[in-house]
Amino acid sequence: MYGNDFGTDQSLLDQVADAERALNEAAARDGGAAEAGEEQDYFDAIVAAEQKIEPRDWMPDAYRKTLVRQIAQHAHSEIIGMQPEGNWISRAPSLKRKAILLAKVQDEAGHGLYLYAAAETLGVHRDDLVDMLIDGRQKYSSIFNYPTLSWADVGAIGWLVDGAAIVNQVPLCRCSYGPYARAMIRICKEESFHQRQGYEILYTLAHGTPAQRRMAQDAVDRWWYPSLAMFGPPDTDSTHSEQSMAWKIKRFSNDDLRQRFVDMCVQQASVLTLDLPDPDLRFDEARGHYDYTQPDYDELMAVIKGNGPCNRERIANRRRAQDEGAWVREAAAAYAAKHSRVRQEPATEVDGAMAAV
Amino acid sequence: MVASQLWEVFVRPRRGLAHTHVGSLHAPDAEVALRNARDVYTRRQEGVSIWVVPAGAITASSPDEKDAFFDPAADKVYRHPTFYEVPEGAGHL
Repeated sequence: MYGNDFGTDQSLLDQVADAERALNEAAARDGGAAEAGEEQDYFDAIVAAEQKIEPRDWMPDAYRKTLVRQIAQHAHSEIIGMQPEGNWISRAPSLKRKAILLAKVQDEAGHGLYLYAAAETLGVHRDDLVDMLIDGRQKYSSIFNYPTLSWADVGAIGWLVDGAAIVNQVPLCRCSYGPYARAMIRICKEESFHQRQGYEILYTLAHGTPAQRRMAQDAVDRWWYPSLAMFGPPDTDSTHSEQSMAWKIKRFSNDDLRQRFVDMCVQQASVLTLDLPDPDLRFDEARGHYDYTQPDYDELMAVIKGNGPCNRERIANRRRAQDEGAWVREAAAAYAAKHSRVRQEPATEVDGAMAAV
Repeated sequence: MVASQLWEVFVRPRRGLAHTHVGSLHAPDAEVALRNARDVYTRRQEGVSIWVVPAGAITASSPDEKDAFFDPAADKVYRHPTFYEVPEGAGHL
Protein backbone atom coordinates (compact mmCIF):
# COMPACT_ATOMS: atom_id res chain seq x y z
CA MET A 1 0.00 0.00 0.00
CA TYR A 2 1.60 3.22 -1.05
CA GLY A 3 0.55 6.72 -1.88
CA ASN A 4 -2.74 6.34 -0.09
CA ASP A 5 -2.24 9.36 2.12
CA PHE A 6 -5.64 10.52 1.00
CA GLY A 7 -8.92 10.05 2.74
CA THR A 8 -7.41 8.60 5.87
CA ASP A 9 -7.69 10.03 9.33
CA GLN A 10 -4.02 9.53 10.03
CA SER A 11 -1.90 12.04 11.85
CA LEU A 12 1.08 13.49 10.09
CA LEU A 13 3.52 11.33 12.02
CA ASP A 14 1.58 8.17 11.11
CA GLN A 15 1.76 9.13 7.45
CA VAL A 16 5.50 9.74 7.64
CA ALA A 17 5.97 6.44 9.45
CA ASP A 18 4.04 4.72 6.64
CA ALA A 19 6.26 6.33 4.03
CA GLU A 20 9.35 5.21 5.91
CA ARG A 21 8.00 1.67 6.18
CA ALA A 22 7.25 1.66 2.45
CA LEU A 23 10.81 2.78 1.74
CA ASN A 24 12.21 -0.04 3.87
CA GLU A 25 9.90 -2.59 2.28
CA ALA A 26 10.87 -1.48 -1.21
CA ALA A 27 14.52 -1.68 -0.19
CA ALA A 28 13.99 -5.24 1.02
CA ARG A 29 12.70 -6.15 -2.45
CA ASP A 30 15.97 -4.96 -3.96
CA GLY A 31 17.27 -7.05 -6.79
CA GLY A 32 13.89 -7.97 -8.14
CA ALA A 33 13.51 -4.63 -9.85
CA ALA A 34 15.70 -4.88 -12.86
CA GLU A 35 18.56 -6.68 -14.42
CA ALA A 36 21.22 -4.67 -16.11
CA GLY A 37 19.96 -3.50 -19.45
CA GLU A 38 19.84 -0.25 -21.32
CA GLU A 39 20.33 2.65 -18.94
CA GLN A 40 16.90 4.08 -19.58
CA ASP A 41 15.24 0.67 -19.14
CA TYR A 42 17.03 0.13 -15.86
CA PHE A 43 16.03 3.57 -14.59
CA ASP A 44 12.41 3.02 -15.64
CA ALA A 45 12.30 -0.40 -13.98
CA ILE A 46 13.59 0.95 -10.69
CA VAL A 47 11.08 3.77 -10.65
CA ALA A 48 8.28 1.40 -11.62
CA ALA A 49 9.23 -0.95 -8.77
CA GLU A 50 8.90 1.91 -6.23
CA GLN A 51 12.60 1.71 -5.50
CA LYS A 52 14.96 4.64 -5.15
CA ILE A 53 17.34 6.17 -7.65
CA GLU A 54 20.66 6.84 -5.91
CA PRO A 55 23.26 9.54 -6.70
CA ARG A 56 25.62 7.41 -8.78
CA ASP A 57 22.89 5.74 -10.84
CA TRP A 58 22.35 6.73 -14.42
CA MET A 59 19.39 9.08 -14.71
CA PRO A 60 17.88 11.11 -17.54
CA ASP A 61 19.31 14.64 -17.71
CA ALA A 62 15.84 16.11 -17.44
CA TYR A 63 15.18 14.10 -14.26
CA ARG A 64 18.38 15.45 -12.73
CA LYS A 65 17.52 18.98 -13.81
CA THR A 66 13.98 18.77 -12.47
CA LEU A 67 15.23 17.49 -9.11
CA VAL A 68 17.88 20.19 -8.81
CA ARG A 69 15.28 22.86 -9.56
CA GLN A 70 12.73 21.44 -7.15
CA ILE A 71 15.08 20.61 -4.27
CA ALA A 72 16.89 23.95 -4.57
CA GLN A 73 13.59 25.82 -4.61
CA HIS A 74 12.54 23.84 -1.58
CA ALA A 75 15.82 24.62 0.23
CA HIS A 76 15.53 28.32 -0.63
CA SER A 77 11.98 28.32 0.78
CA GLU A 78 13.19 26.96 4.11
CA ILE A 79 15.90 29.62 4.33
CA ILE A 80 13.76 32.57 3.20
CA GLY A 81 10.94 31.20 5.37
CA MET A 82 13.01 32.04 8.45
CA GLN A 83 12.41 35.74 7.85
CA PRO A 84 8.65 36.24 8.37
CA GLU A 85 8.76 34.32 11.64
CA GLY A 86 12.16 35.62 12.70
CA ASN A 87 10.44 39.01 12.65
CA TRP A 88 8.60 38.03 15.86
CA ILE A 89 11.35 36.35 17.89
CA SER A 90 12.24 39.52 19.78
CA ARG A 91 8.57 40.33 20.39
CA ALA A 92 7.16 36.93 21.34
CA PRO A 93 4.68 37.40 24.20
CA SER A 94 6.48 35.14 26.70
CA LEU A 95 9.80 33.43 27.25
CA LYS A 96 8.17 30.10 26.46
CA ARG A 97 6.82 31.33 23.13
CA LYS A 98 10.16 32.90 22.33
CA ALA A 99 12.07 29.68 23.01
CA ILE A 100 9.60 27.74 20.87
CA LEU A 101 9.82 30.21 18.00
CA LEU A 102 13.62 30.20 18.13
CA ALA A 103 13.59 26.40 17.99
CA LYS A 104 11.25 26.49 15.02
CA VAL A 105 13.27 29.01 13.03
CA GLN A 106 16.39 27.00 13.86
CA ASP A 107 14.64 23.91 12.43
CA GLU A 108 13.95 25.79 9.18
CA ALA A 109 17.66 26.52 8.84
CA GLY A 110 18.38 22.84 9.42
CA HIS A 111 15.80 21.81 6.83
CA GLY A 112 17.39 24.16 4.33
CA LEU A 113 20.74 22.50 4.97
CA TYR A 114 19.40 18.94 4.56
CA LEU A 115 17.89 19.98 1.25
CA TYR A 116 20.94 21.81 -0.08
CA ALA A 117 22.92 18.68 0.80
CA ALA A 118 20.42 16.49 -1.09
CA ALA A 119 20.75 18.82 -4.10
CA GLU A 120 24.54 18.58 -3.94
CA THR A 121 24.33 14.80 -4.44
CA LEU A 122 23.14 15.69 -7.96
CA GLY A 123 26.41 17.39 -8.79
CA VAL A 124 25.63 21.05 -8.07
CA HIS A 125 27.33 23.28 -5.50
CA ARG A 126 25.51 25.01 -2.71
CA ASP A 127 27.31 28.30 -3.34
CA ASP A 128 25.96 28.33 -6.88
CA LEU A 129 22.44 27.64 -5.66
CA VAL A 130 22.67 30.49 -3.15
CA ASP A 131 23.87 32.79 -5.93
CA MET A 132 20.93 31.76 -8.09
CA LEU A 133 18.52 32.54 -5.26
CA ILE A 134 20.03 35.95 -4.65
CA ASP A 135 20.08 37.01 -8.27
CA GLY A 136 16.57 35.70 -8.91
CA ARG A 137 17.36 32.80 -11.26
CA GLN A 138 15.80 30.35 -8.80
CA LYS A 139 12.55 30.82 -6.90
CA TYR A 140 11.22 30.08 -3.46
CA SER A 141 7.69 29.59 -2.20
CA SER A 142 5.45 32.57 -2.90
CA ILE A 143 4.00 32.44 0.62
CA PHE A 144 7.08 33.94 2.27
CA ASN A 145 6.55 37.19 0.42
CA TYR A 146 3.66 38.10 2.70
CA PRO A 147 4.28 40.16 5.84
CA THR A 148 3.75 39.02 9.45
CA LEU A 149 1.76 41.89 10.90
CA SER A 150 0.79 40.55 14.32
CA TRP A 151 1.76 37.82 16.77
CA ALA A 152 -1.24 35.82 15.61
CA ASP A 153 0.46 35.54 12.21
CA VAL A 154 3.03 33.24 13.81
CA GLY A 155 0.12 30.99 14.79
CA ALA A 156 -1.46 31.21 11.35
CA ILE A 157 1.84 30.38 9.66
CA GLY A 158 2.27 27.31 11.85
CA TRP A 159 -1.25 26.09 11.28
CA LEU A 160 -1.91 27.05 7.65
CA VAL A 161 1.46 27.56 5.98
CA ASP A 162 3.20 24.65 7.68
CA GLY A 163 -0.01 22.65 7.35
CA ALA A 164 -0.05 23.24 3.59
CA ALA A 165 3.67 22.52 3.37
CA ILE A 166 3.14 19.22 5.18
CA VAL A 167 0.33 18.17 2.82
CA ASN A 168 2.76 18.87 -0.01
CA GLN A 169 5.74 17.25 1.66
CA VAL A 170 4.38 13.99 3.05
CA PRO A 171 4.07 12.52 -0.47
CA LEU A 172 7.66 13.67 -1.14
CA CYS A 173 8.78 11.15 1.50
CA ARG A 174 7.97 8.65 -1.27
CA CYS A 175 9.89 10.49 -3.98
CA SER A 176 11.85 8.26 -6.35
CA TYR A 177 15.16 10.01 -5.60
CA GLY A 178 16.67 8.41 -2.48
CA PRO A 179 18.51 11.36 -0.88
CA TYR A 180 15.46 13.63 -1.31
CA ALA A 181 13.05 11.02 0.08
CA ARG A 182 15.27 10.40 3.09
CA ALA A 183 15.69 14.12 3.76
CA MET A 184 11.92 14.60 3.54
CA ILE A 185 11.23 11.84 6.06
CA ARG A 186 13.53 13.57 8.50
CA ILE A 187 12.01 16.97 7.79
CA CYS A 188 8.39 15.84 8.09
CA LYS A 189 9.06 14.25 11.47
CA GLU A 190 10.41 17.56 12.70
CA GLU A 191 7.66 19.57 11.01
CA SER A 192 4.99 18.04 13.22
CA PHE A 193 5.82 20.32 16.13
CA HIS A 194 5.71 23.37 13.87
CA GLN A 195 2.11 22.82 12.93
CA ARG A 196 1.04 21.99 16.45
CA GLN A 197 2.67 25.03 18.04
CA GLY A 198 0.92 27.27 15.50
CA TYR A 199 -2.39 25.62 16.17
CA GLU A 200 -1.87 26.02 19.90
CA ILE A 201 -1.11 29.75 19.51
CA LEU A 202 -4.31 30.29 17.54
CA TYR A 203 -6.36 28.17 19.92
CA THR A 204 -5.07 30.16 22.88
CA LEU A 205 -5.80 33.50 21.19
CA ALA A 206 -9.23 32.36 19.95
CA HIS A 207 -10.18 31.46 23.51
CA GLY A 208 -8.66 34.62 25.00
CA THR A 209 -9.88 38.22 25.20
CA PRO A 210 -12.08 39.64 22.42
CA ALA A 211 -9.07 41.58 21.12
CA GLN A 212 -6.94 38.42 20.99
CA ARG A 213 -9.74 36.61 19.23
CA ARG A 214 -10.02 39.37 16.64
CA MET A 215 -6.27 39.20 16.10
CA ALA A 216 -6.46 35.44 15.50
CA GLN A 217 -9.33 35.81 13.05
CA ASP A 218 -7.58 38.62 11.20
CA ALA A 219 -4.47 36.46 10.77
CA VAL A 220 -6.51 33.54 9.41
CA ASP A 221 -8.32 35.93 7.05
CA ARG A 222 -5.03 37.14 5.60
CA TRP A 223 -3.19 33.79 5.38
CA TRP A 224 -5.96 31.54 4.06
CA TYR A 225 -5.83 32.31 0.34
CA PRO A 226 -2.04 32.69 0.09
CA SER A 227 -1.83 29.26 1.78
CA LEU A 228 -4.18 27.76 -0.81
CA ALA A 229 -1.99 29.29 -3.52
CA MET A 230 1.05 27.41 -2.11
CA PHE A 231 -0.10 24.31 -3.99
CA GLY A 232 0.68 26.07 -7.24
CA PRO A 233 -1.42 26.80 -10.30
CA PRO A 234 -4.48 24.67 -11.08
CA ASP A 235 -3.75 21.35 -12.79
CA THR A 236 -4.84 22.71 -16.16
CA ASP A 237 -2.01 25.30 -16.02
CA SER A 238 0.67 23.32 -14.23
CA THR A 239 3.70 22.99 -16.49
CA HIS A 240 5.89 20.49 -14.68
CA SER A 241 3.32 18.16 -13.16
CA GLU A 242 2.80 15.38 -15.68
CA GLN A 243 6.43 14.41 -16.18
CA SER A 244 7.14 14.70 -12.44
CA MET A 245 4.26 12.33 -11.74
CA ALA A 246 5.61 9.83 -14.28
CA TRP A 247 9.02 9.99 -12.59
CA LYS A 248 7.37 9.60 -9.18
CA ILE A 249 8.96 12.80 -7.94
CA LYS A 250 5.45 14.07 -7.46
CA ARG A 251 2.59 11.83 -6.36
CA PHE A 252 -0.54 13.94 -6.44
CA SER A 253 -1.71 16.84 -8.53
CA ASN A 254 -1.78 20.42 -7.22
CA ASP A 255 -5.57 20.46 -7.11
CA ASP A 256 -5.82 17.11 -5.30
CA LEU A 257 -3.41 18.31 -2.62
CA ARG A 258 -5.24 21.64 -2.31
CA GLN A 259 -8.54 19.82 -1.84
CA ARG A 260 -7.07 17.62 0.85
CA PHE A 261 -5.77 20.69 2.66
CA VAL A 262 -9.16 22.42 2.54
CA ASP A 263 -10.94 19.32 3.87
CA MET A 264 -8.50 19.12 6.78
CA CYS A 265 -8.68 22.80 7.63
CA VAL A 266 -12.47 23.07 7.79
CA GLN A 267 -12.54 20.59 10.62
CA GLN A 268 -9.55 22.12 12.39
CA ALA A 269 -11.01 25.64 12.07
CA SER A 270 -14.22 24.51 13.74
CA VAL A 271 -12.25 23.33 16.78
CA LEU A 272 -10.46 26.68 16.85
CA THR A 273 -13.90 28.34 16.58
CA LEU A 274 -12.42 30.59 13.87
CA ASP A 275 -13.92 31.17 10.43
CA LEU A 276 -12.23 30.46 7.13
CA PRO A 277 -12.81 33.57 4.98
CA ASP A 278 -14.78 31.81 2.24
CA PRO A 279 -18.56 32.32 2.10
CA ASP A 280 -18.87 29.56 -0.51
CA LEU A 281 -17.23 26.87 1.57
CA ARG A 282 -19.68 23.96 1.81
CA PHE A 283 -19.58 20.19 1.85
CA ASP A 284 -20.50 18.52 -1.42
CA GLU A 285 -22.12 15.20 -0.51
CA ALA A 286 -21.68 13.78 -3.99
CA ARG A 287 -17.94 14.51 -4.16
CA GLY A 288 -17.31 13.83 -0.49
CA HIS A 289 -15.24 17.02 -0.36
CA TYR A 290 -15.67 20.69 0.46
CA ASP A 291 -16.34 23.11 -2.35
CA TYR A 292 -14.22 26.22 -1.94
CA THR A 293 -13.25 29.45 -3.64
CA GLN A 294 -10.00 29.25 -5.58
CA PRO A 295 -7.19 31.60 -4.61
CA ASP A 296 -6.33 34.45 -6.95
CA TYR A 297 -3.88 32.84 -9.35
CA ASP A 298 -3.07 36.16 -11.02
CA GLU A 299 -1.85 37.34 -7.63
CA LEU A 300 0.15 34.12 -7.26
CA MET A 301 1.86 34.72 -10.61
CA ALA A 302 2.58 38.35 -9.71
CA VAL A 303 4.15 37.28 -6.40
CA ILE A 304 6.22 34.57 -8.09
CA LYS A 305 7.43 37.15 -10.63
CA GLY A 306 8.75 39.28 -7.77
CA ASN A 307 5.90 41.66 -7.08
CA GLY A 308 4.53 40.42 -3.78
CA PRO A 309 4.44 42.67 -0.72
CA CYS A 310 7.86 41.58 0.60
CA ASN A 311 9.85 40.04 -2.30
CA ARG A 312 12.47 42.78 -2.45
CA GLU A 313 12.89 42.90 1.31
CA ARG A 314 13.32 39.12 1.58
CA ILE A 315 16.01 38.95 -1.10
CA ALA A 316 17.71 42.12 0.12
CA ASN A 317 17.95 40.57 3.60
CA ARG A 318 19.32 37.34 2.20
CA ARG A 319 21.86 39.18 0.09
CA ARG A 320 22.93 41.34 3.03
CA ALA A 321 23.33 38.26 5.25
CA GLN A 322 25.46 36.65 2.54
CA ASP A 323 27.60 39.79 2.05
CA GLU A 324 27.98 40.58 5.72
CA GLY A 325 28.82 36.96 6.51
CA ALA A 326 31.62 36.87 3.90
CA TRP A 327 34.33 37.88 6.38
CA VAL A 328 33.30 35.04 8.70
CA ARG A 329 33.65 32.46 5.93
CA GLU A 330 36.97 34.00 4.86
CA ALA A 331 38.30 34.04 8.41
CA ALA A 332 37.24 30.42 8.95
CA ALA A 333 38.95 29.40 5.71
CA ALA A 334 42.11 31.31 6.62
CA TYR A 335 42.17 29.70 10.05
CA ALA A 336 41.69 26.23 8.54
CA ALA A 337 44.45 26.85 5.98
CA LYS A 338 46.85 28.06 8.66
CA HIS A 339 46.23 24.99 10.79
CA SER A 340 46.55 22.54 7.92
CA ARG A 341 49.94 24.17 7.13
CA VAL A 342 51.00 23.62 10.70
CA ARG A 343 49.98 19.97 10.48
CA GLN A 344 51.63 19.40 7.10
CA GLU A 345 54.94 21.04 8.00
CA PRO A 346 55.68 19.83 11.50
CA ALA A 347 57.60 22.71 13.01
CA THR A 348 61.03 21.46 13.96
CA GLU A 349 61.23 23.66 16.98
CA VAL A 350 58.09 22.19 18.44
CA ASP A 351 59.23 18.67 17.59
CA GLY A 352 62.57 19.44 19.13
CA ALA A 353 60.90 20.74 22.23
CA MET A 354 58.70 17.67 22.46
CA ALA A 355 61.69 15.38 21.95
CA ALA A 356 63.54 17.13 24.72
CA VAL A 357 60.70 16.55 27.17
CA MET B 1 57.08 -2.28 3.49
CA VAL B 2 53.91 -0.60 2.27
CA ALA B 3 52.48 1.80 4.81
CA SER B 4 49.08 0.50 5.72
CA GLN B 5 46.42 3.07 6.37
CA LEU B 6 43.19 2.63 8.34
CA TRP B 7 39.92 3.04 6.42
CA GLU B 8 36.36 3.28 7.74
CA VAL B 9 33.81 1.37 5.69
CA PHE B 10 30.21 2.42 5.02
CA VAL B 11 27.78 0.12 3.23
CA ARG B 12 24.42 0.87 1.65
CA PRO B 13 22.58 -2.34 2.51
CA ARG B 14 19.83 -1.93 -0.07
CA ARG B 15 18.82 0.59 -2.68
CA GLY B 16 16.78 3.29 -0.92
CA LEU B 17 18.65 3.11 2.39
CA ALA B 18 21.49 5.39 3.50
CA HIS B 19 25.06 4.12 3.86
CA THR B 20 25.81 2.97 7.39
CA HIS B 21 29.10 2.36 9.12
CA VAL B 22 29.99 -1.33 9.27
CA GLY B 23 33.62 -1.36 10.39
CA SER B 24 37.15 -0.61 9.30
CA LEU B 25 40.14 -2.21 7.60
CA HIS B 26 43.75 -1.58 6.61
CA ALA B 27 44.78 -0.90 3.04
CA PRO B 28 47.56 1.04 1.28
CA ASP B 29 45.22 3.09 -0.92
CA ALA B 30 41.56 3.81 -1.65
CA GLU B 31 41.27 1.37 -4.53
CA VAL B 32 42.56 -1.55 -2.50
CA ALA B 33 40.49 -0.44 0.48
CA LEU B 34 37.36 -0.61 -1.65
CA ARG B 35 38.19 -4.10 -2.90
CA ASN B 36 39.07 -5.32 0.55
CA ALA B 37 35.87 -3.81 1.95
CA ARG B 38 33.91 -5.73 -0.66
CA ASP B 39 35.66 -8.95 0.35
CA VAL B 40 35.42 -8.36 4.08
CA TYR B 41 32.04 -6.73 4.53
CA THR B 42 29.82 -7.81 1.62
CA ARG B 43 30.68 -11.49 1.19
CA ARG B 44 27.03 -12.39 1.73
CA GLN B 45 25.56 -9.62 -0.39
CA GLU B 46 25.21 -7.30 2.56
CA GLY B 47 25.36 -4.25 0.35
CA VAL B 48 24.87 -2.62 -3.03
CA SER B 49 27.27 0.29 -2.55
CA ILE B 50 30.39 0.91 -0.45
CA TRP B 51 32.18 4.05 0.73
CA VAL B 52 35.67 3.92 2.18
CA VAL B 53 36.95 6.94 4.09
CA PRO B 54 40.45 7.40 5.55
CA ALA B 55 39.96 7.03 9.29
CA GLY B 56 42.15 10.07 9.81
CA ALA B 57 39.69 12.15 7.82
CA ILE B 58 36.98 11.57 10.39
CA THR B 59 36.69 14.04 13.22
CA ALA B 60 34.77 12.56 16.14
CA SER B 61 33.20 14.15 19.18
CA SER B 62 35.02 13.29 22.37
CA PRO B 63 33.45 10.80 24.80
CA ASP B 64 34.77 12.90 27.69
CA GLU B 65 32.80 15.87 26.51
CA LYS B 66 29.65 13.90 25.81
CA ASP B 67 27.60 15.58 28.51
CA ALA B 68 28.59 19.16 27.79
CA PHE B 69 28.34 18.53 24.06
CA PHE B 70 24.82 17.13 23.97
CA ASP B 71 23.27 18.68 27.06
CA PRO B 72 21.96 21.80 25.32
CA ALA B 73 19.26 19.65 23.65
CA ALA B 74 18.17 18.06 26.92
CA ASP B 75 15.97 20.84 28.26
CA LYS B 76 14.21 21.72 24.98
CA VAL B 77 11.16 19.54 25.26
CA TYR B 78 9.24 21.98 23.08
CA ARG B 79 11.10 20.61 20.05
CA HIS B 80 8.87 17.54 20.30
CA PRO B 81 5.29 17.47 19.02
CA THR B 82 4.12 15.78 22.22
CA PHE B 83 4.84 19.02 24.11
CA TYR B 84 1.73 20.58 22.57
CA GLU B 85 -1.77 19.89 23.65
CA VAL B 86 -4.04 19.10 20.71
CA PRO B 87 -7.60 20.18 21.54
CA GLU B 88 -10.29 17.55 21.58
CA GLY B 89 -11.59 16.78 18.10
CA ALA B 90 -8.85 18.35 16.03
CA GLY B 91 -7.75 15.78 13.47
CA HIS B 92 -4.70 15.43 11.19
CA LEU B 93 -2.38 17.37 13.49
